[in-house]
Amino acid sequence: MKCGESDLSSLLGDYSRRDFLKVCTASAVYMGLGESFGPQVAEAAANAAKRPPVIWLSAQECTGCTETLLRTGHPTLETLILDLISLEYHETLNAGSGHQAEEFRAHSIEENKGKFILVVDGAIPVKDGGIYCKIAGRTALEILEETAPQAAAVIAIGSCASWGGVPAAEPNPTGATPVHKILEGKGIAIINIPGCPPNPYNFLSTVLYYVTLNKLPELDDKLRPKFAYGRLIHENCERRAHFDAGRFAEQFGDEGHRKGYCLYKLGCKGPETYNNCSTLRFNDIGVWPVNTGHPCFGCSEGGVGFSTPLHSPAQLHHITPPAWFPSATPEKGKGASALAAAVAGAAVGAGIVAAGMNLGKKDHEEDEES
Amino acid sequence: MGAHATHDHIVHFYHLCALDWVDIVSALKADPKATAKLGQSLSDWNRNSYQEIKGAQERLQALVDSGQLGVYGSGYWGHPAMKLEPEVNLLAATHYLQALEYQREINKVVAILGSKTPHIQNLAVGGVANAINLDSPDTLNMEKLFHIKTLIDEVDDFVKKVALVDVAAIGAFYADWTGYGAGVTNYLSAPDMPLDTKGTTFELPGGYIPAADIGKFTPIKSFNDPFFEDNVQESIKHSWYDGDWTRHPYQEETVPNYTDWQDDGKYSWVKSPTFQGEPAQVGPLANVLTMFAAGHKPTQKYATQVLDTVSSLVGSKVGVGALHSTIGRIAARVIRCAALNDTMKNQWNLLVANIASGDTTTFNPPTFPKGEQQGFGYHEAPRGILSHWIVIQDGTIKNYQAVVPSTWNAGPRNGQDALGPYEASLLDNPVQDPEKPLEVLRTLHSFDPCLACAIHLVDKEHNEIVRVKVL
Repeated sequence: MKCGESDLSSLLGDYSRRDFLKVCTASAVYMGLGESFGPQVAEAAANAAKRPPVIWLSAQECTGCTETLLRTGHPTLETLILDLISLEYHETLNAGSGHQAEEFRAHSIEENKGKFILVVDGAIPVKDGGIYCKIAGRTALEILEETAPQAAAVIAIGSCASWGGVPAAEPNPTGATPVHKILEGKGIAIINIPGCPPNPYNFLSTVLYYVTLNKLPELDDKLRPKFAYGRLIHENCERRAHFDAGRFAEQFGDEGHRKGYCLYKLGCKGPETYNNCSTLRFNDIGVWPVNTGHPCFGCSEGGVGFSTPLHSPAQLHHITPPAWFPSATPEKGKGASALAAAVAGAAVGAGIVAAGMNLGKKDHEEDEES
Repeated sequence: MGAHATHDHIVHFYHLCALDWVDIVSALKADPKATAKLGQSLSDWNRNSYQEIKGAQERLQALVDSGQLGVYGSGYWGHPAMKLEPEVNLLAATHYLQALEYQREINKVVAILGSKTPHIQNLAVGGVANAINLDSPDTLNMEKLFHIKTLIDEVDDFVKKVALVDVAAIGAFYADWTGYGAGVTNYLSAPDMPLDTKGTTFELPGGYIPAADIGKFTPIKSFNDPFFEDNVQESIKHSWYDGDWTRHPYQEETVPNYTDWQDDGKYSWVKSPTFQGEPAQVGPLANVLTMFAAGHKPTQKYATQVLDTVSSLVGSKVGVGALHSTIGRIAARVIRCAALNDTMKNQWNLLVANIASGDTTTFNPPTFPKGEQQGFGYHEAPRGILSHWIVIQDGTIKNYQAVVPSTWNAGPRNGQDALGPYEASLLDNPVQDPEKPLEVLRTLHSFDPCLACAIHLVDKEHNEIVRVKVL
């Protein structure tokens, strides 16, 4: 089918072609595909005879991963489910309930066998035969094991589905288990999108990547898309300069906190958490925890979020800070002793800059190796 | 808090509950011109235009034409209990789409203060992590304060001109539903938005109303009020936990003991909370009734406005008593939302006045004395009163219990076998087609369950007719 403007219009209803191309271009750029991919994304979506079917299963979850989709602006939830995908089953969003919803799901799986994307949110309890999470009289474990082999790919959305999250926190009374462990060794394509909840654009871009290119994005060793989880939060943090210069908030509301200094000493886990919060940010208004003054607690990183104390210092695997930091640049005009301290501070500052450059060099070497 | 609740109430009313009453397939048959005329007769909202309404209808038509109905495919379209005219359905469907925009806008207020939403990340034990410094680019400053104010004003328009009107219209067309779903009429609600640092005066009052009698309202007066602290208990007689006891939260434990469904034994993961030994309903209706009883002016104003609109549409006087019902619970959610919007504006002014006076304190470092300490905290969450109870031994948590809104409402029979609010509200609900029990969903959804739950419909011989998963 040749894709003309009229075809697009009929597919998109009152959603204008320009808007649609904007969304697709933004997604393409965001996925690292470059601006010229925008029209290709649009064409792929328009040429598809059907909107790609998506089935969403919920297990031990709080619906935060669904709520997060309500907040997106590019595209919006309504554009997503009315124009871009066909969300066939979703506990919270289904208009029907009970038998009606379950029958619709079974029918959709049958009709779209091998073609639908399966999204799973929540951990899967396996203790005592999985009785700690039942849907329509059956365990989440049973439903997942039956549904996943029929899907084209499985997306585990959120930390609970990706690595256990909150329900798997010690002492894990229900045997909460991540999706990839349940499906291990079955040859099923799985992508993890961790976060509590994850940034919705990391999920949307993964879906659009698959829909457009008919393949999965590049994943790291923890099955996370590299376009989203390829860097430590710390590497792109807006407060990184304060870390390098040794300017820290020591307590909420203190002078350093009110000047926007680094939150490392308040327990920020940015140095050990791989995510794009510091660049992508949230809610379309450029906010994220560190921006407000709260340390990152590693919600997306297995072994960090929900398992280490909120305010204990992060493990610095890649960056070793100097043992001693200078104080922040003193105010001018405070007399001779202040001037002497400023001179000493400048000397130390120079050393820190040099150390920072070395660190930067090391990062680049690592990049070249990988 | 106000912004979070406003978002929650908008989404619950339009997106999680309205489709039990509004038939979007019928909306396709409506005349958009007549719909615009109807909308303009009800409100001066500037987005009730023909173009806006026609656009919404075309969007729904495109969905239906695609043959892929998605989440709408399992809906109860054409059900005999759906009674609205096509034009009313189309107007509501148009606002359903608009409401998605406004819930996003009010969520930005939550995100500016809370770092992101959902799952805000600005709370600290002893205060908040938001530093206030009008002379810094990295803190709560004038730009952010006015971003918040702009968003509040924008959404206020939608709530007052659209949601309040829609809920009155739906209430009037389904006036018979003022007779169903009252259930437990003991109402419990928390005071909120403290106006002093000790938590002894509140902008939003709360308290307890026994047996639907608002004349017997007793206020909860402070963050330490023993009237609340001493009167909360939970029972596990019918819950999947080990044992059979009724205890105060400080003394509780949570040890799972799953038995599968037992008619007269244990049948739920939810515990059964009681206040003064009885089940209590919580949520926007409890909140609106207690605020009404306490003389909270904005609540009285918006409740009266909705009831007057309903009265004029049905042609007879509908009073506060009508609120003890399924449709009343839905109306209360929007009434509360309108009152909260006034509160948000006032709280914004108070915050700016504090900052102007030089008070930018946002955090008091906590201390944990030796020995055994216990305490509680409460908050009026969107679904009702939320309380957390903690026992600390030498700086370490010894016991922690959360008694959450949906537990109050969804709790099974308690230690004395009294029905919980969900259960009691379903007695005498009409069900036209047991295979498609839409009416059951109407009543359950009116509580805004925080969880997926299951209602089992069984005939008198105990044969299960149908199981309804309520989502």
